[in-house]
Amino acid sequence: MGQFLVRRLLWLIPVMFTVALITFVLMHAAPGGPWDRDPGRRQIDPATQINLNRQFGLDKEVWFDLDALKKGDLLGFFDTQFITYMIAGTVDGEWRCGFICGNLGPSYAQRGMMVQDIVLAPPEDAPIWNSKAGYSIRLGVLALLIAVLVGLPVGIIAALKQNTWIDYLSLFVATVGITIPNFVMGIFLIIIFAVWFHLIPVIPKDWSDPRYWILPAVVLGVNLMATTARLTRSSMLDVMRQDYIRTARAKGLAERVVIFGHMLKNALIPVVTILGPALVGLITGSFIIETMFAFPGWGRQYVTAISQRDYSMIMATTLVFALLIQLANISVDFVYTMLDPRIKLS
Amino acid sequence: MSRLSDEAILARPSVSLWTDAWYRLIRNKAAVMGMVIVIIFVLVAALAPWIAPHDPLKINDGKGYLPPPWMPIEMSVTGKAGDPRFFLGTDSIGRDVLSRVLYGARVSIVVAFVPTAIIVIVGVIIGLAAGYAGGRVDNFLMRITDVVWGFPDLLFYVVVMIALRDTPIGDFANGLLLLFGALAVVSWVGIARVVRGQTLSLKEKEFVEAARSIGTSDLQIMARHILPNTLSPIIVMTAFRIPGMIITEAVLGYLGLGLRPGTDPREFFVASWGGLMLQGQSALNAQPWLLLSPAICVALVVMGFTFLGDGLRDALDPRMRGTS
Repeated sequence: MGQFLVRRLLWLIPVMFTVALITFVLMHAAPGGPWDRDPGRRQIDPATQINLNRQFGLDKEVWFDLDALKKGDLLGFFDTQFITYMIAGTVDGEWRCGFICGNLGPSYAQRGMMVQDIVLAPPEDAPIWNSKAGYSIRLGVLALLIAVLVGLPVGIIAALKQNTWIDYLSLFVATVGITIPNFVMGIFLIIIFAVWFHLIPVIPKDWSDPRYWILPAVVLGVNLMATTARLTRSSMLDVMRQDYIRTARAKGLAERVVIFGHMLKNALIPVVTILGPALVGLITGSFIIETMFAFPGWGRQYVTAISQRDYSMIMATTLVFALLIQLANISVDFVYTMLDPRIKLS
Repeated sequence: MSRLSDEAILARPSVSLWTDAWYRLIRNKAAVMGMVIVIIFVLVAALAPWIAPHDPLKINDGKGYLPPPWMPIEMSVTGKAGDPRFFLGTDSIGRDVLSRVLYGARVSIVVAFVPTAIIVIVGVIIGLAAGYAGGRVDNFLMRITDVVWGFPDLLFYVVVMIALRDTPIGDFANGLLLLFGALAVVSWVGIARVVRGQTLSLKEKEFVEAARSIGTSDLQIMARHILPNTLSPIIVMTAFRIPGMIITEAVLGYLGLGLRPGTDPREFFVASWGGLMLQGQSALNAQPWLLLSPAICVALVVMGFTFLGDGLRDALDPRMRGTS
């Protein structure tokens, strides 16, 4: 078990490195630098650009400094933009630790701010969970809770009442929930609840009212909810016909004990397997849903960064999200083996 | 004598796997509905210039934000009455929404099929090569798939589109080439993994051994003996990939990173549903139909492909029925 975890965590290093490498290559393939403005706006003069490049460490080589190697300066050979970003290096003469220390780089759009400050620092006098990342995490957890707390019971009840109207209704709703992409669902719900019935504002001024959270959380979690319900149902139906269930009933166990102690425990195993991809969907789905609802989270900050061409914000978000997805997959594999002792980790 | 004729009567006419699967597919109501939806949208995409009531790019002065004519006037936020010529109303500069949505089907249908064809070809070749060659080749290819698997795909598309949109590649064919490339680079992995797994077990089978013993070349064994036996999982996986492609294109368009619509009515791609939704978002209150109509189309076409995929899975592999 421990060995499995260590191996999976070590495998993270090459994967993250490759993800960073690809993102870096693409970012440098983009025409124009971070200081180029739209043609219509006032341009930054060349002298300032050189200054800015030095301040942000963009005057260094991108991958490897061959000149430094010729001079016999091995440390200088590795003191490049990519290595500085990922591991450590000098920026404007100052030593700085990179991504491995949790340093996500300076923002190009909001100068003087580090990306992690933009994402993690709450507004003045506010607790930490009012930061952008805090908002995103709260929304994600809420979506996950809604999905599991609605999806599981619906799936269980549909299976217990198989071939009744409850079953057909929940199956129909689940199929619709799976097939309609969540951002399209978001559009429908906004138009119905905000534009036509005025139950909630289209763009809330602040998110202190918990009622405003329901819609984005439901939209974010609806695919997961539907998948959970459908999979729980089919897996319950499978388990219900097993011999050990008949045995449990035959020896006179209460129906409640049979359902929760024997059926559910075994029926949950396949449900856990889809949690991995589902969590990934929750993480990557967040930025489009947040943008749609003007939700002040990390995802919307990322979309803003796209239009501002804030490369360090884009790079950092890609890396952090990639890391989250990897960790989600590893933990799901882990939970899977805890639930089913028959499965051996390899 | 009589026993023989009994057998002749009882024997079912022999049908191939594919005919059998086809009968199972057309007996499945949801799958047939999906197929009909897909065919309708393919026809709309192909025949858009003849179906569309107006030129999708024609600007009608003074007719901006007209509501649909069938909507009661009390519901119109702008206070204007609809014009019966514009069935779904008009956008901010008076272009016909219905025509634009009909033309938008082209992008989604092309995105549904072209990148999918690329990933099937690439995935099959890599999966076959990895599974058949085994050893170091297999190891190397599977490590690549592991890395690609770990990449958050939507973020990858965003990065690719930002980086390469303003280059000659990004300009080619309204930016569709770049979109296809980005979609294909990430998505071949699933198919490659499945084909590899199938190949690994198939290459140990007796018929492959028999083929090898009479001197059939490796290429022929792969093409004639292994590939046909992996076709049904490939078809099912392909069908399940397509909705993802359409959704991704729409999401990118909605983020302002999709294809660039042509400005000449003679061009093939003059609107995309993602782009239309982006425009619609800004007039959410004044003209919700601007946003609703492309959104409904995306939902319909995705639903069509998903039902068809479900049906194909049940038809080709009846044991998988009811799983997801």
